[in-house]
Amino acid sequence: MSILVIAEHDNASLNAATLAVVTAAKAVGGDVDVLVAGTSCGSVAEAAAQVDGVSKVLVADSASFENQLAENVSLLIAEVGKDYSHIMAPATTNGKNILPRVAALLDVDQISDIVSVESADTFKRPIYAGNAIATVQSSAAVKVITVRGTAFDKAAATGGSAAVEQLGAAHDAGTSAFVGEELAKSDRPELAAAGIVVSGGRGMGNGENFEILYSLADKLGAAVGASRAAVDAGFVPNDMQVGQTGKIVAPELYVAVGISGAIQHLAGMKESKIIVAINKDEEAPIFQVADYGLVADLFEAVPEMTGKV
Amino acid sequence: MKVLVAVKRVIDYNVKVRVKSDNTDVDLTNVKMAINPFCEIAVEEAVRLKEQGVATEIVVVSMGPKACQEQIRTALALGADRGIQVETEDKLDSLAVAKLLKAVYEEEKPELVILGKQAIDSDNNQTGQMLAALAGLPQGTFASEVKVADGKVNVTREIDGGLQTVALNLPAIVTTDLRLNEPRYASLPNIMKAKRKPLAVKTPAEYGVETASTITQLKVEAPAERQAGIKVGSVDELVEKLKNEAKVI
Repeated sequence: MSILVIAEHDNASLNAATLAVVTAAKAVGGDVDVLVAGTSCGSVAEAAAQVDGVSKVLVADSASFENQLAENVSLLIAEVGKDYSHIMAPATTNGKNILPRVAALLDVDQISDIVSVESADTFKRPIYAGNAIATVQSSAAVKVITVRGTAFDKAAATGGSAAVEQLGAAHDAGTSAFVGEELAKSDRPELAAAGIVVSGGRGMGNGENFEILYSLADKLGAAVGASRAAVDAGFVPNDMQVGQTGKIVAPELYVAVGISGAIQHLAGMKESKIIVAINKDEEAPIFQVADYGLVADLFEAVPEMTGKV
Repeated sequence: MKVLVAVKRVIDYNVKVRVKSDNTDVDLTNVKMAINPFCEIAVEEAVRLKEQGVATEIVVVSMGPKACQEQIRTALALGADRGIQVETEDKLDSLAVAKLLKAVYEEEKPELVILGKQAIDSDNNQTGQMLAALAGLPQGTFASEVKVADGKVNVTREIDGGLQTVALNLPAIVTTDLRLNEPRYASLPNIMKAKRKPLAVKTPAEYGVETASTITQLKVEAPAERQAGIKVGSVDELVEKLKNEAKVI
């Protein structure tokens, strides 16, 4: 068996989501190679070569891969990956965008968002917003898989010494172009990777009131998230959304503030180690999954908590 | 320009899903079914493009047993012009659906195909991207804004860190994210009118498409239930528990 892991990166550094995929790849068994497609992405390749358990790093450096356009990168992955038994990528928006294209180019079904490796051809994945877990077996010649990062420990970022091999491949489908990006700038940790997440829901009332969550988050070194209700109400941008239709998080501590606990929100955070719920409605379903529930007015409780942690 | 929209019949998003006691699948007996929410957003976007004078005709397609005609009729009531049902009793995985959609695409030759980014039953998030690959077309997935101009479509995409905009040559594939629009409700006159709109029924065999999958579902289980914890009486107690009992801060 040989597994090709697709590195997630920004041409400068390797995204930690890749490390969880390496762990999933090791659970499959066999050689684990990492493909880095990008532009001037030498530092990413070097970082990938250090990851524990990686046999070889393949680098495709081309202007056409700079912004990870799916039309271009999928051609490369299909060409390089066709001789592997598995192609695995993180279930990030980037991985979700590119990998089904690769699967279709290879004429195989894809298995999305796995949360466990049962054997080399059998995997578990959540369906119906995490309300059921399916065990699926694949007979495809190449198994194309996206991996839920929070379900696997991250492989050690150091300790490996993989060979780095340059690929000459350049693919430009010529059908799409990158126009621009608006990335949220924040000094807080990234939501999907944070050890502590503080999230607000509709109970926050408006966007300005999220300031009290930012204060608590900064005191705790936490990332700030939101429920879909808070996003839909326009309080905060969608990249803060935690849930089935947003980000899946599994921090050590998740603090849900003014969040009722809709199924679709629980799907994004119920794997957190410790869940705290602060809500004035003691019937709110969030209390059914919370380790510690506090029935209180969040506008009093959150500032008080900020002062005491 | 012609717009093709794909819709899927799924369990209504308000219904609590239960796993069958024999663990073969979830129980869909007598459960309310509906158009997949992301597909509904796709229909709405196509209708808005028509209202702006960008789209001239909206064709809506769905794959599945006869019952999926209900969802096609819903899309017709929202403003689509005609429907195509590809009738099959087989369980279709994303690749099979993408192959069928490619056949419909080749027959209809739309300039834009809009799909939901994922269905809320299988949660795969694959079909649009697979169709794009099979048809050799560019894709704008997880769209929060779609602008058609000068033979191109600019798609603003919801990505992990924020928003990204790409320019795609037409024809192109777009998959919808939640914030793209808020679907309208169908009015009663439009629901009545939709019953008379044309709806063609085809089969995978007519398109020459094999629908077999390489994926076998071995088992479906309920997720591990989280036990409810305790209620604390004050912020002081909460902070004390987090520090000394849970040891997470």
